[in-house]
Amino acid sequence: MQTLPKEKRFETLSYLPPLSDAQITRQIDYMLRQGYFAAVEFNESSDPTECYWTMWKLPLFNARSAQEVLSEVQACRSTYPSCYIRVVGFDNVRQCQAMMFIVHKPNTNRY
Amino acid sequence: MSYSQTQTQAKSGYQAGVKDYKLTYYTPDYTPRDTDILAAFRVTPQPGVPPEEAGAAVAAESSTGTWTTVWTDLLTDLDRYKGRCYDIEPVPGEDNQFICFIAYPLDLFEEGSVTNMLTSIVGNVFGFKALRALRLEDLRIPIAYLKTFQGPPHGITVERDKLNKYGRPLLGCTIKPKLGLSAKNYGRAVYECLRGGLDFTKDDENINSQPFMRWRDRFLFVQEAIEKAQAETGEIKGHYLNVTAPTCEDMMKRAEFAKEIGTPIIMHDFLTGGFTANTTLAKYCRDNGLLLHIHRAMHAVIDRQKNHGMHFRVLAKCLRMSGGDHLHSGTVVGKLEGDKAITMGFVDLMREDHIEADRSRGIYFTQDWASMPGVMPVASGGIHIWHMPALVEIFGDDSCLQFGGGTLGHPWGNAPGATANRVALEACIQARNEGRNLMREGGDIIREAARWSPELAVACELWKEIKFEFEAMDTV
Repeated sequence: MQTLPKEKRFETLSYLPPLSDAQITRQIDYMLRQGYFAAVEFNESSDPTECYWTMWKLPLFNARSAQEVLSEVQACRSTYPSCYIRVVGFDNVRQCQAMMFIVHKPNTNRY
Repeated sequence: MSYSQTQTQAKSGYQAGVKDYKLTYYTPDYTPRDTDILAAFRVTPQPGVPPEEAGAAVAAESSTGTWTTVWTDLLTDLDRYKGRCYDIEPVPGEDNQFICFIAYPLDLFEEGSVTNMLTSIVGNVFGFKALRALRLEDLRIPIAYLKTFQGPPHGITVERDKLNKYGRPLLGCTIKPKLGLSAKNYGRAVYECLRGGLDFTKDDENINSQPFMRWRDRFLFVQEAIEKAQAETGEIKGHYLNVTAPTCEDMMKRAEFAKEIGTPIIMHDFLTGGFTANTTLAKYCRDNGLLLHIHRAMHAVIDRQKNHGMHFRVLAKCLRMSGGDHLHSGTVVGKLEGDKAITMGFVDLMREDHIEADRSRGIYFTQDWASMPGVMPVASGGIHIWHMPALVEIFGDDSCLQFGGGTLGHPWGNAPGATANRVALEACIQARNEGRNLMREGGDIIREAARWSPELAVACELWKEIKFEFEAMDTV
């Protein structure tokens, strides 16, 4: 028997081992296939009462491939290595945010 | 008058007596208007009663008619108010069952009142002697009537924004044992589940305010559990605090206290509590930013018999009009009743904006919801980690999956049980998005995740063999 350690989590896909760049690319691929616009955002804190993180540039309205989005994730990561980073997807037809998953979680963790 | 396409003979003077219903209420030439409420009834007449008479009787008794003529009929314009049986089809494979289609003029119903609509359409007529059995299969609610309802307090997209959770189903769990825990022990069970990775825990429907745990104590201990789990995990948490109560005043008192302590979501039992109470509560929830989870105790009393009662799709539509952000809708794969196509038919009716008629899914009428918010379906009962791939495939992202025993029954306790479920869910989401087939590869996906998650590995070991396989009673 084991006790579950206390750990910070970051919503969707944060209970998985950190995603590799290849895995991130496949998630972004899915996002683009659904017709969503991808955006990258980062923040020093992951406090759940802060729903807005800082946008990295603007949403990538013209992204044709997941690779383009991944490059922005990588650029964001090298500029803000100690920040949390997530990718979000906007659905302009349903007029809402449709996806969000964590791609960079500094100082973590078991899995 | 221009609104009537069928004529009632009223000018020939008053003749007392009993007249066949079909002379007034069976109108096969009538074309339903866009503003009519349409109903599809499964009618089983008594032997010797022709289907036209049975269908007309249903139209009459659920609108303007009574068993004998009365002189005051002549003071009204029956053509403006009467229900009309406009089509009848025999049910294939049954020698004495018919689907009767009935159109009701909009003026028969009070604005914004599910209570009034049901009292009229499924009132006295269900005990009518000329019928052996009667079931309301579906209703078409015209936009003109829908626009008089508020509907769900928030709906699926606003709920997601409030919770900051996207791209996956929500995870919940009903706290057990459902009766007999003290408020403080109960709060501990809530905390352990939430800190392990669930989004929500739930009061069992039986829990209102009994001697072993009064509502106010429960609300306070549970709120502490929510806040602690939220602070530790960094994720937004909630618990469906059940405000179902003996009187509307008590219900509102509990809802107001829930709002005061800052809890995000409360819960109501819409059938036992009643539509009037539910609609009042839904309006309060929208005005005060509370999400509203709806349980459906007593539904099987009404919806389980194939030839009598009301199908759940009607109850689900009524709830969307009355207001609720979540509604239990069966699991398809777990311990409770439900055929897949039919279940997904009413799940669509709960959460989509426009649903086309599709008889293979039991949907008799095309329904447009005119932008009324959607209700999130809740799959709960007898499900565990091995069901996860199928649940994600069947219900998709906009659903709430609730693992009661499947969380609390974990050998290491609630928190690891919750983690096992969350890991299984996220592994399925990741795999689905990568293009893998959950129905075919679901087992492999769970097993792969169990290699790096000890919590999931233990759960896989425990629940391997459990299956529920009975034939569904709910068929088209």
